[in-house]
Amino acid sequence: MTYTLSEHESKELLRAGGITIPPEDVVASADEAAHAAALLGGAVALKLCGRGIAHKTERNLVRLGLTTADDVRRAAAALLAARRPEDGNAGLLVCPMVHGRRELIAGLVRDPTFGPCVMLGLGGIFAEVAGDVAFAVAPLRDGDAEALIEDLAFGKMLGPFRGEPAVDRDALARLLETLGRLGGERPDIRAIDVNPLIVAGSTPTVVDALVEIEGAPA
Amino acid sequence: MSAILERLRPLFYPRGIIVTGVSTHPGKFGSVAYHNLIANGYAGELFPINRDGATCFGRPTYKAIADVPSRRADLAFICTPNTVNEEILRACAAIGVRAAFVASAGYGEAADGKDMEQRLVALGRDLGIVIAGPNGQGLVSTPARMCAQIVAPYPPPGPISVASQSGNIASSFMNYGCLAGIGMSKAISCGNSAQLEIADYLEYFGEDPDTEVSLAYLEGIADGRRFLDVARAHALRKPLVLVRGGVTGAGKRAASSHTGALASDDRIFAGVCRQAGIVRVETVEEAYDTAAAFATQPLPRGPRTLLFTVAGGWGVLSSDACVEAGLDLIPLPDDLRRAIDGMVPARWSRSNPIDLAGGETRDTIPEVLELAAAHPDVDAVVYLGIGIQAAQAQMFRGGPFWPDHGLERIGTFHESQDRRYARAAAEASRRHDKPILVASELVYTDRAYGNAGPLGVAESGRTTFPSGQRAIRTLARMVRYTRWRARRA
Repeated sequence: MTYTLSEHESKELLRAGGITIPPEDVVASADEAAHAAALLGGAVALKLCGRGIAHKTERNLVRLGLTTADDVRRAAAALLAARRPEDGNAGLLVCPMVHGRRELIAGLVRDPTFGPCVMLGLGGIFAEVAGDVAFAVAPLRDGDAEALIEDLAFGKMLGPFRGEPAVDRDALARLLETLGRLGGERPDIRAIDVNPLIVAGSTPTVVDALVEIEGAPA
Repeated sequence: MSAILERLRPLFYPRGIIVTGVSTHPGKFGSVAYHNLIANGYAGELFPINRDGATCFGRPTYKAIADVPSRRADLAFICTPNTVNEEILRACAAIGVRAAFVASAGYGEAADGKDMEQRLVALGRDLGIVIAGPNGQGLVSTPARMCAQIVAPYPPPGPISVASQSGNIASSFMNYGCLAGIGMSKAISCGNSAQLEIADYLEYFGEDPDTEVSLAYLEGIADGRRFLDVARAHALRKPLVLVRGGVTGAGKRAASSHTGALASDDRIFAGVCRQAGIVRVETVEEAYDTAAAFATQPLPRGPRTLLFTVAGGWGVLSSDACVEAGLDLIPLPDDLRRAIDGMVPARWSRSNPIDLAGGETRDTIPEVLELAAAHPDVDAVVYLGIGIQAAQAQMFRGGPFWPDHGLERIGTFHESQDRRYARAAAEASRRHDKPILVASELVYTDRAYGNAGPLGVAESGRTTFPSGQRAIRTLARMVRYTRWRARRA
């Protein structure tokens, strides 16, 4: 059997692996959420966060672009009210808003023949239609990550794009290599799904992540 | 000698071969394999086994393996029913046999044969015999003049080696070798891959000094990581061209009933090819095109391509193909344009593709090929339309006026010119260490009488691509492979 870590736990796992992710906080109440938002500064996103909550968007459990303490409190109260019994003691994840026109997806899957494989693809609303994803068997060795990035059909999008600078390919390559390394070091990781990976300025930034773990939850 | 070369040496370079299941009936597999070994001039000793010791093909046979002199046979080619093969393997081990190709069926591919296959593998391991197959059509090794197969063909010797998870596709590759003349060093059909599997053969080919390029047909892989490592080590030394079957849902179902293979998501396999430097090709004919090009042409240093055509439409189609394949159809360099301006009337294209519009004289085409190959801004040349004049010569020959009215003189001139152009392309390519691919459908369509253009290409040790597009897609694969290797060298 497998279980899915909460978004926050998933990101902590990636952080521990060496991936830089913007600071965020998990809180239990609307007031705490407002306080955390004030500490982060600027606009925040609020999400219901708990193990097994996989389809946040479909369930409308994400509130974006909250700028005032009142907005945060109201959104927090609504999210807490939307909790279902199976969500357990889900908390509130307070994250800074990340802006960028380009959305990617990245991850790790286990192939029955080749073992852990790193995935990179085009994200956003057309991702499924375009189906532009490419894989590489982990661990990624010299040039593998760069070649994987080049292999995307929409690779042109990674250059200077509609007023935004070219994607930092080195940073993206290192992120992919880290995902591959985690797949090798942690045989209990069944899958990692980073979606979206938003290109903020030139930096690929993990905005949401879910890690699926083999076994029973501890 | 490396471990893998040593391990598979008795398979590909046996001093002698035992053939079991040889029969007075010439249609039995054992008889066919025995026939094919003799007919193609196997260089070592043959030991045919027939239960009754009957005379087969007018030659005596051995009643039992125990009668074969010890240490004279390295390989057993086994075509007997699966029920007797374990006993045969033991008898083979007793006289020093070290490898077996098991052609017999009824093993892992059959519902009730899986246990028997496991026993065969275990027995081989205990006896120190490497086992290829079972349920395979055989193997070829031209340095040993060995055609140990229950089917045709036997290809001409050459630098390509084949490992195939389908015997039929192995034959297809070899048939192209027979047709185009760029032949094979080794070819093996993996059968059920009970012990030796495709990664073993590719590891061997990667180190085999007689193999310059490998050609593989793949449906499934047992150990993905090992396959990746072997393929990558191979590609770092020499090209590995691969066709994979079982890519779509329907293909996967067909593959699972054919080789029992579990096929990975094809997008993952695409990643494996990118990482391992595998030159993946969709069709058998393009796989052969590509292997033959690697085997006979220098590697391109980059994508800058010059098209040279005596056939306007092919220049246009090939220009499109260059762009689609990701090659760089460079603007014609000024100095090259000036040089050609001085050679032909002004109606020539004055751009890339170079189309002389019929303005060429006796020496123009060899001179342009030389100038193009010599130019520092050109990485590769594709020469289109060889053999057109020779085809007209053939029509003169068959017409009512030959040899009169000057037809014999002009006809033989055309033929010698087309032959000369083929030679000039090969010579300029060698001199400047750049690929010059020659394309014309006449290599197929005029095959019956032998058009002097494609014949000249074959005489130069190369192959004529049947279309500009096939030549260009092949060149693009060579460019990608060379770039992959350069980045990892």
